[in-house]
Amino acid sequence: MSFVQNFPFFSIILAMFSGIVSSVLSGKKARNLSLAMIVVTTALSAGTLAFCLKTGQSYTYMMGHFPAPWGNEIRAGVLEGVTAVLFGVVMFLSVAGGMTHTAEDVEDGKLNLFYIMIDLMLSSLLALVYTNDLFTAYVFVEINTIAGCGLIMIRQKGRSMSAAIRYMIMSQLGSGLFLIGLSLLYDVTGHLLMSPAKESVELLVASGSYRLPLLVIMAVVSVGLAIKSGLYPFHYWIPDTYGYATPTGSAVLSGLVSKGYIFLLIKIFYRVIGYENLVGAQMINVLYLFGVAGMVMGSVHAIQETDTRRMIAYSSVAQIGYIYMGIGLGTTAGMVAAVFHIFAHSATKALLFISAVGLYEVSGDRKDFVSLRGAAYRNPLAGIGFAVGALSMVGFPMLSGFISKLLFATSAFDSPTKMLPTLFVLAVSTTLNAIYFLRLVITLYSRRREGDKPLPPNPVKKSSRGLKFAIVCFIGLNLVLGMASQPIVQAITDGLAMFE
Amino acid sequence: MSRKKDNYETSRWRKFKSWVDGETDPLDHGMEAHEAIPPREDIYDSPAHEKAVKEELSRIYGEDRKAVLRARGIRYFQRFYKVMSVVLCLGIIMVLLWTVASLPITGNASNPDNNEVAARYIEKGLQETGAVNIVTGMILDYRAFDTFGESCVLFIGSCCVLVLLRLDGDSKNESIRKMIAESDDRHFEPKNDIILQKCACVLVPIIMIFGVYIVLNGHLSPGGGFSGGAVLGSGLILYLNAFGYGKMGKMFTEKLYKRITLCALTFYCLAKSYSFFTGANHLESKIPLGTPGAILSSGLILPLNICVGLVVACTMYAFYTLFRKGGM
Repeated sequence: MSFVQNFPFFSIILAMFSGIVSSVLSGKKARNLSLAMIVVTTALSAGTLAFCLKTGQSYTYMMGHFPAPWGNEIRAGVLEGVTAVLFGVVMFLSVAGGMTHTAEDVEDGKLNLFYIMIDLMLSSLLALVYTNDLFTAYVFVEINTIAGCGLIMIRQKGRSMSAAIRYMIMSQLGSGLFLIGLSLLYDVTGHLLMSPAKESVELLVASGSYRLPLLVIMAVVSVGLAIKSGLYPFHYWIPDTYGYATPTGSAVLSGLVSKGYIFLLIKIFYRVIGYENLVGAQMINVLYLFGVAGMVMGSVHAIQETDTRRMIAYSSVAQIGYIYMGIGLGTTAGMVAAVFHIFAHSATKALLFISAVGLYEVSGDRKDFVSLRGAAYRNPLAGIGFAVGALSMVGFPMLSGFISKLLFATSAFDSPTKMLPTLFVLAVSTTLNAIYFLRLVITLYSRRREGDKPLPPNPVKKSSRGLKFAIVCFIGLNLVLGMASQPIVQAITDGLAMFE
Repeated sequence: MSRKKDNYETSRWRKFKSWVDGETDPLDHGMEAHEAIPPREDIYDSPAHEKAVKEELSRIYGEDRKAVLRARGIRYFQRFYKVMSVVLCLGIIMVLLWTVASLPITGNASNPDNNEVAARYIEKGLQETGAVNIVTGMILDYRAFDTFGESCVLFIGSCCVLVLLRLDGDSKNESIRKMIAESDDRHFEPKNDIILQKCACVLVPIIMIFGVYIVLNGHLSPGGGFSGGAVLGSGLILYLNAFGYGKMGKMFTEKLYKRITLCALTFYCLAKSYSFFTGANHLESKIPLGTPGAILSSGLILPLNICVGLVVACTMYAFYTLFRKGGM
């Protein structure tokens, strides 16, 4: 066994350990520890990815002295590696970009608690990515939920408290449904580890026994995780949550947390329930329908919003809709597109939230359209960052959003019944995206006029170096995803093939 | 043929252009949207908001017929909403009950969960983990990674309560210092409630010894870190209630709480990392299992139980003090 194979385990434990140690550190030291930890874990994930690419296959890793059906296990393959690296990069840039604002928004004595949340959040995301055990997944879903709540409510201002309560209630509902699903699954299969559970499920499907429980398991697990990731009819916690958290909190919650749950759902689909069983049970059609509804309705809500930060939050609803639509297409190409959109959206949404902060800084911390007029001239870099993010969401060539839209459109041709509605909704949603994103971009790049509401005194604050660095890196990440997409798409295809 | 529009101000293009510029909002029928809506951050605690609510109410219940109809529509919608939510809940309950009815019957020997996993836990559990109590062997050895996650759930839960409830004494914020002064109930201490104190004198030592027993015997008899820690924590809370913060502060401070939690979780993390590492790399673990049944046996399970017990006891006590007055 090669030493590299230990890396996934090291990265999870390292993230947890730095969270524990941060409880006795000062805020600043906790922040530095957190940043260092994210760099190291991302490097470890990259090592894992390189190893998997070289050997061309996935491997399982025993957590303890007992093999598969008895002890815990984690699993690493190409797709896990890519996701872990990307999550690490987005996490690092979000933390670095928002750290001055975090220090302002959070009380001094509680700053280290913020970074504990970040550390444990990363450890839980990594565990959700690498897990090969359903109950481990549940435990880390819990950590993820509680850390998410903490990230929202630590900014004890305005409506963040009610946003946190709303998030907690919806999230716990999702966790509860997920747990019910796991209990039912254990009852009919007798296994909690993914590989033996899948064997049992295949036997059950072949023999035709326990058909109703299996259907309910699929429904309850999908709906539970869909609530937690903010699929359309269950999205009402999103605007408040993303709109009132700290900048880092918003970027992490929208860019990573919801994506972690979707990744787990895909893993469960492939490695436990079996994707062909889902297709057979018509479950994916429900997800497809919700996804399509979300693509349109999320954009409609975003157009109606006057607070720009809530507008960006509503745009997440639409983008999550895209991902579920890809899953619901029922083909491998659709799934590849969905996974690529997970990456594209997490890089782009974090960029939007972080660069929007740079624009609020020069507009006296106001978030409405009139105050933001001309903000791109007052802070050019943030303006460029926001424009790049908005164009990527709309689907401008060379940027990541274009590739994912292209993948969605081409994959639609594989499923004859869903081709027309998919293409039609893609067109409608892209137009709606363009309406609200370009409206804001035009506002940012038009001069202030006579009679505009005056900005508060001393409106222009200089952005910190961390923010600038984060914006530049995020733009670079977007360009990489948009222009060098071929190897990434290939890695996703290989990784999905390894899931079988 | 194009028709020349003479009223540009009311044309559609002009409206669209002004909306793109952020001047108007189509929903507000041409009103200046951003003047009318105060920034959301303080929407609920400004006097302007109260006034707006009052005006809205008087408008709805006033003579305006349209508003009356709208209010009625909202009422109908709310009634519909209530009925639908009950129907939906009943539907979900029905489906779940139906599902439960078609699950395997509990205790049947041919059930799917009666497989090789449970068989090995029962037959080889004692030999492989050294723990007489099979449940402890399962949670702290076979599936120790999950349990480490669970103790981190406790840790992050207590961090969240700290975020929410701790009041910072050195805070520059005037209102927070006022809140601390108001919630400080130390002036009323010691309460010298004779009955409570005498009962506590008898009960606290027994509770503490019982808690320690449950923790230390976790691998031999029913119990373990989680349950024993809860008993220990309730003993601490009883002592605090009877004798007040003055006496408690001599023994148990926030510093001690932090140190205990840190040491316990760090030890857990390092010990289990060693065990996971050796297990996954097929190395020989250097930790002896001892004779089953003896107090010093079953390898890492006893120290891990102690760690979990300490974390649980501290968390319970911290929750109590934070909910009572925002600090230890």
